[in-house]
Amino acid sequence: MANSHQLKRVDFIFRNENDWEKILSNTIKKKPEELVNELMSSELKGRGGAGFPTGLKWKFTAEAKSEKKYVICNADEGEPGTFKDREILSRVPYKVLTAMAVCGYVTGANEGFIYLRGEYKFLQPELKKAIDEFEYYCNEIEFDFKISVFMGSGAYICGEETALMESMEGKRGEPRNKPPFPSESGYLGKPTVINNVETLVHTFTIFKYGAKKFYDLGVQYSRGTKLFSVSGDTPKPGIYELELGMSLQDFVYEFGDGDTKSVQVGGASGFLVPRKKFKDAAIGFKGKLRGISLPTGGSMMLFNSSRSMFNVLDNYLEFFREESCGQCTPCRVGCQQLLLGIKAVKRGDKPAAYLDKLIRLTETMQYTAKCGLGQSVANSFSSIVENFREEMIY
Amino acid sequence: MSKKVNLTINGFPVEIETGKTILEAADSQGITIPTLCYHKDLCVAGNCRVCIVEVTGQKRLSAACATPCEEGMEILTNSLKVRNSRKHIIELLLTEHNADCTKCYRNGNCELQTLASEYKIMTQDFIELVPLKKYSIDAYSPSIMKDDSKCIRCQRCVRTCAELQGVNALTVAHKGDEMKITTFLEKHMRDVVCTNCGQCINHCPTGALVEKNYIEEVWEAIANPKKHVVVQTAPAVRVGLGEELGLPPGTRVTGKMVAALKRLGFDSVLDTDFTADLTIMEEGTELLTRLKKALVDKDETVDLPMATSCSPGWIKYIEHMYPEYLGNLSTCKSPQQMFGALAKTYYAKARNIEPDNIVSVSIMPCTAKKFEAWRPEMHDSGYRDVDYVLTTRELAILIKQAGLDFEKIEPVKYDRLMGDSTGAGVIFGATGGVMEAALRTVYEIVTGREVPFDNLDITPVRGMEGVREASIKIENPVEDWAFLDGVELKCAVAHGLVNAKTVMESVKSGKADYHFIEFMACPGGCLGGGGQPIPTNPEIRKKRAEAIYAEDSSLTIRKSHENPEVLKLYKDFLKEPLGEVSHHLLHTKYTKRQRY
Amino acid sequence: MQGVVERESFLSEHSMVEIAREIEIPAADVYGTATFYSFLETKPTGKFIIRVCKTITCAMKGKTQVLFAIQDMLKIKMGDTTPDKRFTLLETNCLGWCHKAPAMLVNDDVYTELTPEKVRDILTKYMDKNGNFHN
Ligand SMILES: Cc1cc2nc3c(=O)[nH]c(=O)nc-3n(C[C@H](O)[C@H](O)[C@H](O)COP(=O)(O)O)c2cc1C
Ligand code: SF4
Ligand code: SF4
Ligand code: SF4
Ligand code: SF4
Ligand code: FES
Repeated sequence: MANSHQLKRVDFIFRNENDWEKILSNTIKKKPEELVNELMSSELKGRGGAGFPTGLKWKFTAEAKSEKKYVICNADEGEPGTFKDREILSRVPYKVLTAMAVCGYVTGANEGFIYLRGEYKFLQPELKKAIDEFEYYCNEIEFDFKISVFMGSGAYICGEETALMESMEGKRGEPRNKPPFPSESGYLGKPTVINNVETLVHTFTIFKYGAKKFYDLGVQYSRGTKLFSVSGDTPKPGIYELELGMSLQDFVYEFGDGDTKSVQVGGASGFLVPRKKFKDAAIGFKGKLRGISLPTGGSMMLFNSSRSMFNVLDNYLEFFREESCGQCTPCRVGCQQLLLGIKAVKRGDKPAAYLDKLIRLTETMQYTAKCGLGQSVANSFSSIVENFREEMIY
Repeated sequence: MSKKVNLTINGFPVEIETGKTILEAADSQGITIPTLCYHKDLCVAGNCRVCIVEVTGQKRLSAACATPCEEGMEILTNSLKVRNSRKHIIELLLTEHNADCTKCYRNGNCELQTLASEYKIMTQDFIELVPLKKYSIDAYSPSIMKDDSKCIRCQRCVRTCAELQGVNALTVAHKGDEMKITTFLEKHMRDVVCTNCGQCINHCPTGALVEKNYIEEVWEAIANPKKHVVVQTAPAVRVGLGEELGLPPGTRVTGKMVAALKRLGFDSVLDTDFTADLTIMEEGTELLTRLKKALVDKDETVDLPMATSCSPGWIKYIEHMYPEYLGNLSTCKSPQQMFGALAKTYYAKARNIEPDNIVSVSIMPCTAKKFEAWRPEMHDSGYRDVDYVLTTRELAILIKQAGLDFEKIEPVKYDRLMGDSTGAGVIFGATGGVMEAALRTVYEIVTGREVPFDNLDITPVRGMEGVREASIKIENPVEDWAFLDGVELKCAVAHGLVNAKTVMESVKSGKADYHFIEFMACPGGCLGGGGQPIPTNPEIRKKRAEAIYAEDSSLTIRKSHENPEVLKLYKDFLKEPLGEVSHHLLHTKYTKRQRY
Repeated sequence: MQGVVERESFLSEHSMVEIAREIEIPAADVYGTATFYSFLETKPTGKFIIRVCKTITCAMKGKTQVLFAIQDMLKIKMGDTTPDKRFTLLETNCLGWCHKAPAMLVNDDVYTELTPEKVRDILTKYMDKNGNFHN
């Protein structure tokens, strides 16, 4: 990295390694508890959005008592601005499959599914080929693990883990009440581990290189690396693997077009950070980092000064209004109110103070919505409205 | 003993069994947490979010209906945060809702209205969404009206139709802002598998699903001096009506109801129980005839088990779902329709009134009866046998409109000619009642002795278990029925269509060897019918059932075949059960319908 | 359900009833489920379904011009199907190609970094192919 010393680009995920067979056969020689401990000590957190410690998740499922358990790889990737999972599945599918099998070994599941979003249907043939080869090898080493691909049909909410399971059961993808959590009662009511594609690949890295190697990257509470999907007003859109904990200032220095006004971190359900706060924002999971820190699914959308933040928010809200499953009141009606509300303020039909009422509404949504979708609308809404209030009004 | 957990609610300690929800824990302390999507009959959905409470230490609020209690929880049900959020949610619901209460059928008994008034939602700051939506009203069914502009999408109806009834006529379609409750391809309720049972109406918290009401039509008939308006009242109405008029559940109001009907101006107030007894005579004989054909004549084409046919919701269900078993249905019309057919023939003749001038009204705990009366085949008197069907709820409206003080009304007796009732007729209103009444009669016809149960109470067929089985061994029959000696008559009772489905599946698979099955579309039988007062829930059904059985015990005649008016009817008019006149007026046939 | 959509491109009343019968679920639920998913159409569609991404990055990078170009070329409006039943034009949410915005799907095939010119070329290709086109 010539012009940035702060951003550390790393290459684990896409590193072309043809040793998955060896990794698999070696890893499953270890004791499951040992592997769980390895994951725990790496402090790997889920890369799907919620950031739940992966080791703990596997442990819970391993401890659940049931004849039948499942492993699901969440490849629904519907968050606007995210496209890393597709890249992983097309370039290093074997790592994902291996990780799923190891997860099955650890938790006692012998069946896995990849929930692939409908928009990525073109990946299916290649993926199926990879699975065939993978299963052939599993057979050879007499390891019992089956993987199939389940195609989504176009619904963002199906990325939410319980909605995804409803969807796999042939129903409407409406999130369930939690508890019970999937580790206790997931797909078909059986204990289920569900992990993001990238999370699984990180476990591969950990099993291959050891927890220490992973732990040594990143900062406290945010260990390891992360794939970032960079898009928007940037001269180099694409996918980058970076060490966690960098400051947004450095990120913009590297990827901005010189005129970056704000960055949306974590997709439409993440936060918008305005230029004046770049310095204080660190990219990682919530923790005691300096300044604000941001939970992230890895989407980074850059906006330059030609962009209207009103249009951005309008676009997000339309997205949420359509993609809400519609079952719970705060989210279904809240999204409609927010969208109409900002339009009304812009038109002058409602006073500027109405924006404050809407911000309070997003708080209610955050407290009361049934799932992460409704809860996280507040993130982008309040961060955009608070930082670009004038743009909302005039 | 199950394990207990300790927690506090609003600072007060509570001990409760593990697995109970916060809602149940609060309820045990006399704290009501408001709910909308929750209903005791149904599984928990947790989608309306009005029941949210604060659990100390958690930023997000929890839905009390869906969150199990945990050791050490500190719960606040009425903190500022809870109140503000809840108020927001109610406000949001109202923006999507056509809250035109004064023009709404549920005005005065609506959970949303109550909640809004409790929270004193006086202003509307948010944007009114109703004008932006393309809401529609479906009023094509003779039983049910569905008004999407009143729907709060709590999905209680969907769960009712699926979990209690196994019909799944209703579903949730689309997502996001367009999400709505609808039917297959958004067809009219009339054109789908809906059985008109009305359970969805009974479980709907708002005015989105209501019965099609015929109140004005009935007032008009009463006001028309040329018309002789007869009214019949179903067994279950007398144990439900009181609830609509301020009395506690389980109050028996038979005499007061009759008095009120007379004051409303009906020319003759009669009892469906009379035709319930008649049904037993016809159906009991039909059962014995089938058994004889099967056992003596070894006729293999006889359809057994025989299934009861007095619940029109069940009839439509089997027509849709198990048309191959229509032959197993008793050919008897329901008591309502028998009554209708007789009102414009036997009664008209006896009272010397032009049938054309008779308006026949029935008060039913049921919305499916509206559809039944409307069926094209129900014209055997030469006229529409039953002109208007009102639910228990509609009757209460008539009484209120007429300004009658129900509490002060002195009870009176039914009019004569088709007003006599026995205990057997009364228990038609409860699940198992038709079976019990039939057994009381059939056993006695066959053996010449009373059923071998204390006080005639055939307790095995009573209760609220979804499917109940009973058998009764026939010993020493009278000569005519000698072939039944030693036969163990096997019976089953199912209420709620989802239980009917269970029984039908076991019949289909050949596992069941019943002779006779009673099916009731609604949970609890008619006393839990779709036309009964709202709310109806397990406790209320239990109280109504107790009242029904108390009514039975209070009557001197408790066996259908001893109803003097029924005996007279056979003597003067019908001649014999399953005779030619009966066949023409009291029996019917069924139609195969689309399953999808 | 996905299978039927692949064969017939949309779920007709008949096929929904068939699905309900085969897997023994209520027809109403088949409809309810189908309408939940944006890739399961319950109305007749053209042979090729064009889904243009309307989410933020694509919106910023000229999706509107691309849409105009398509509408102009096919002479249909958003949500419509061409009279020859060849194309249906729809909008959709993020396709996961934001780094190469704007993007669209034609059935399962992705096209990215669209411009009005490029989209015209792409559609011409689809027009040339005869009705048996499969990919
Ligand atoms: C609305 C919503 C959408 C989501 N979409 C995705 C997604 O597309 N991909 C994903 O991996 N996780 C998604 N998640 C997160 C999942 O619910 C779940 O937390 C994740 O799959 C767990 O995997 P991880 O522990 O590996 O992160 C979504 C969550 C919500 C609330
Ligand atoms: S928050 Fe939104 S997406 Fe989640 S359950 Fe509620 S309505 Fe559905
Ligand atoms: S449904 Fe309830 S709140 Fe709505 S208009 Fe009717 S009475 Fe009022
Ligand atoms: S009336 Fe009965 S069958 Fe019809 S939709 Fe309602 S609950 Fe279902
Ligand atoms: S119709 Fe009634 S029960 Fe059904 S969702 Fe609407 S409000 Fe709830
Ligand atoms: S009553 Fe608990 S969410 Fe509706």
